[in-house]
Amino acid sequence: MSNQRVVVVGGGLAGLASAMKLAELGVSVDLISLTPVKRSHSVCAQGGINSCNDQTRQLGDNEWKHFDDTVYGGDFLNHQPPVKEMAYWAPKVIDLMDRLGVPFNRTGEGFLDRRRFGGTLYKRTAFAGATTGQQLLYALDEQVRRRVAEGLIRKFEFWDFLGPIQDDNGRVRGVVAQDMVSMEIRAFPADAAVVATGGCGLVYGRSTMSVFCTGSAASRCFQAGAKYGNGEFIQVHPTAIPGSDKLRLMSESARGEGGRVWVPRKPHDSRAPRDIPASDRYYFLEERYPEYGNLVPRDIATREIFDICVNDGLSVDPERMCVYLDLTHIPKAELDRKLGGILEIYEKFQGVDPRIEPMRIFPAVHYSMGGLWADYVKSADGGLEAGAPRNHMTNLEGLYAIGECDYHYHGANRLGANSLLSCIFTGLFTGPSIVNYIDSQSGGHADIEPSTLSAAVAKQQERHDHLLTGNSGSDENPYLIHQELGDIMTRAATVVRRNDQLSDAIEKVNDLHERAMKVNLSDTGSWSNQNVIFAKSLQDMFPIAKSILGGALRRDECRGAHFKPDFQKPSLTAEDPAERRKQAEEWCDAFEKNNEKYLKSTIADYDNATMQPQFSYEDVDTSLQPPRPRLYGLVGADIIEEVWKERAEAKKQTPEMASS
Amino acid sequence: MIALDPDANRPKFINVRVKRQDGPGKEPYWQLFKIDYEPELNVITVLQRIAALSETSDGKKVTPVVWDCGCLEEVCGACTMQINGRVRQSCSALVDQLLKDNADELVLEPMSKFPVLRDLMVDRSRLFNALEKVKAWVPVDSYYNMGPGERQLRATQEQNYPLSQCMSCGCCVDACPQYNKIELARKDGETDEEFRRREEKAWNEGFVGPHAISQAVLFNNHPTGKSISGERMDALTGPGGIQACGNAQNCVAVCPKEIPLTTSIARAGRAATIHTIKKWFEK
Repeated sequence: MSNQRVVVVGGGLAGLASAMKLAELGVSVDLISLTPVKRSHSVCAQGGINSCNDQTRQLGDNEWKHFDDTVYGGDFLNHQPPVKEMAYWAPKVIDLMDRLGVPFNRTGEGFLDRRRFGGTLYKRTAFAGATTGQQLLYALDEQVRRRVAEGLIRKFEFWDFLGPIQDDNGRVRGVVAQDMVSMEIRAFPADAAVVATGGCGLVYGRSTMSVFCTGSAASRCFQAGAKYGNGEFIQVHPTAIPGSDKLRLMSESARGEGGRVWVPRKPHDSRAPRDIPASDRYYFLEERYPEYGNLVPRDIATREIFDICVNDGLSVDPERMCVYLDLTHIPKAELDRKLGGILEIYEKFQGVDPRIEPMRIFPAVHYSMGGLWADYVKSADGGLEAGAPRNHMTNLEGLYAIGECDYHYHGANRLGANSLLSCIFTGLFTGPSIVNYIDSQSGGHADIEPSTLSAAVAKQQERHDHLLTGNSGSDENPYLIHQELGDIMTRAATVVRRNDQLSDAIEKVNDLHERAMKVNLSDTGSWSNQNVIFAKSLQDMFPIAKSILGGALRRDECRGAHFKPDFQKPSLTAEDPAERRKQAEEWCDAFEKNNEKYLKSTIADYDNATMQPQFSYEDVDTSLQPPRPRLYGLVGADIIEEVWKERAEAKKQTPEMASS
Repeated sequence: MIALDPDANRPKFINVRVKRQDGPGKEPYWQLFKIDYEPELNVITVLQRIAALSETSDGKKVTPVVWDCGCLEEVCGACTMQINGRVRQSCSALVDQLLKDNADELVLEPMSKFPVLRDLMVDRSRLFNALEKVKAWVPVDSYYNMGPGERQLRATQEQNYPLSQCMSCGCCVDACPQYNKIELARKDGETDEEFRRREEKAWNEGFVGPHAISQAVLFNNHPTGKSISGERMDALTGPGGIQACGNAQNCVAVCPKEIPLTTSIARAGRAATIHTIKKWFEK
């Protein structure tokens, strides 16, 4: 029997990968999840998982290019060593998932089939129909079930993580969690804790995320002193199906398999889409971005779709903003084989067959690039030092953050099919680091002061009891406050951000937070009380919401998913070559100046007394690949690129001048 | 965007009748809720409106209805319940469609084959336990980098992928006449572990269910998974195994993912016969 014990919170791809790897390394694992792990939000991932592969290699691709696409797509806000490590692990991760039985689509010869995804020109993405996340999750769920049967992992499903347990030195010695059926609150002592609790889409009310993606687990760590990084970077997916309870994802793979986005050139053209001839259709992504076409990075596709509806007034439906995503030119058999799962979702929820009629889609909040700050140790070759205890440790000693809830890998914008990779990679890679950390500690889970554990439980019990009975005179309803929060956040902090709107939203969210602390519950019972569990997660959405808004307000630039039109860098306007060259020089000067100020991670510390995040800034490690302008579709991109290359070349020759 | 008949008179209200139960072993009771009609609602939104309202149709303040849900796009399997008498996911149950069949009310009940925890929330641990029983996994040596898995024909992938889409929602077992509800009461002084062991014993005597049989078939058809096919067939030929199937074919009719469960059962049946004969010769 092992004498090392780790508690893993969250049973999506990252948490399951972590649990099974730790079990293999001989660690006893307690796995805590508020849903049966097989139902975790990773099931919703559709399109696929990226790695360079035998075929792309022969077309000039390699791990370095995958790394480069990821940091370029992320607008260079990603710390580069972790991204490099991930890109080099990617082929190995896919090999492992293949061995674990994931039914990846196959070529005629029996190799893994690949599709193209946004932000790259290579077909890197392995996929299992259009339910790749589900299939990857099931493979890990099966391995964890196997380890449970062997007695190496204990699963605690329908348990809600309430917070880390810290000893007098601040070291995390386990977690407190609550049984969502019996409402029992108890301590899970451990040598280290891992949070793998995903994103925070519910802060926006409706998003593409599952109902439990409230961000509350990350928030509970944040309120316990963990730093939160790059909160303002929220990915809005270009293509989702609007719905009253949820905005359902329509995978990027629809475009990867040839789907075309268009609107009628005539506003609100009343003809059926199939009756509109090609000459009357505006394939705006293809026209504006000839190289990448429909597969520009997500932030760009989202802004273009938003722009075409809001500013150009070309929404397909006058009542509701949407554009066509058209697959009808692709043979039905091919669609069923490669995209069946997502087409069924559209058909089931919209009552229209997307094989016959173009889908109507609009952007929706989808992914949190930001999250808990996590450390790493850079290796001599610019990747990560394997097994270093600090890899993915938060600033709370002994608390690790992995998967979507950490702030690494995706910078200012995530490329499609990189999230499944980052989740599985971080789960596997951190196993040896955690074991080495535990080995370096003198005290273990068995010798924690009982008073440390009981105090942590008592604190949570007090919060729970207060919520049940403490606000009996109030008429604040948690469900209605959640709707208000979602409306404010969606209006102020999604595709387009303006400082006056952000300031206004901050005030409103401050008020709403105070009200949320006074919610009166309609269920005060002590059995399966979902009302109180929701109320807690609602209250814990506010520190995250405030970090998103505050981070966005302070960042006066455009970077990836964070778009402020007031600070947009202009296209070049001059026709005269000399003047145009001069403009390009100025553009590059402005770009460098802006990077000096804003190429930094936003770091929030939460002040519990004022209920406000405090912001500071951290330099980004761009030592492997110097930042360069992201020029997809910009007028004058060619000349800017030329100027930029000359400058980069000059810097290489005088490296001592290149410090940034 | 559901194709609605524009002339149809839409109701102003929707009546929702919910079968409630305060806890395991408690008596169930019915409550009627009334919410404003909106187009394009699903049952999840209806339950969200009821939770926000927490009031019955006659104005009585009540606790919100408890139910389970997750992805809301029918891939997680959480929100299964009986809606107008049919077991299905509540996220993909569209109110406009349901009102066409029964304009008077929506009737929501918990699944019938699992112990009710509260209201529409049931304990489906037995469902997952069955996956452990049939060893629904690929027994790889390690999680180290050992190169890719075996090459597989496209035809094999196309056979396996539909089976691999099973989201353990429980529709198939809820509709199965051979799958009986097993609900044990905890004895005084029994620990969690002791109670769980007693439950597992009872579950293992009951029918394992179509979903688990189909998973056994899936892993027996995998190049590495088949290395323990004998152990899976031992489980399927033992108590609660495939012989309990009465061939009612309800499972395949209610499966939201249209998994060919009866085909899996037939394949497992043939394999079970061979397995039994082989074992007899090996004696």
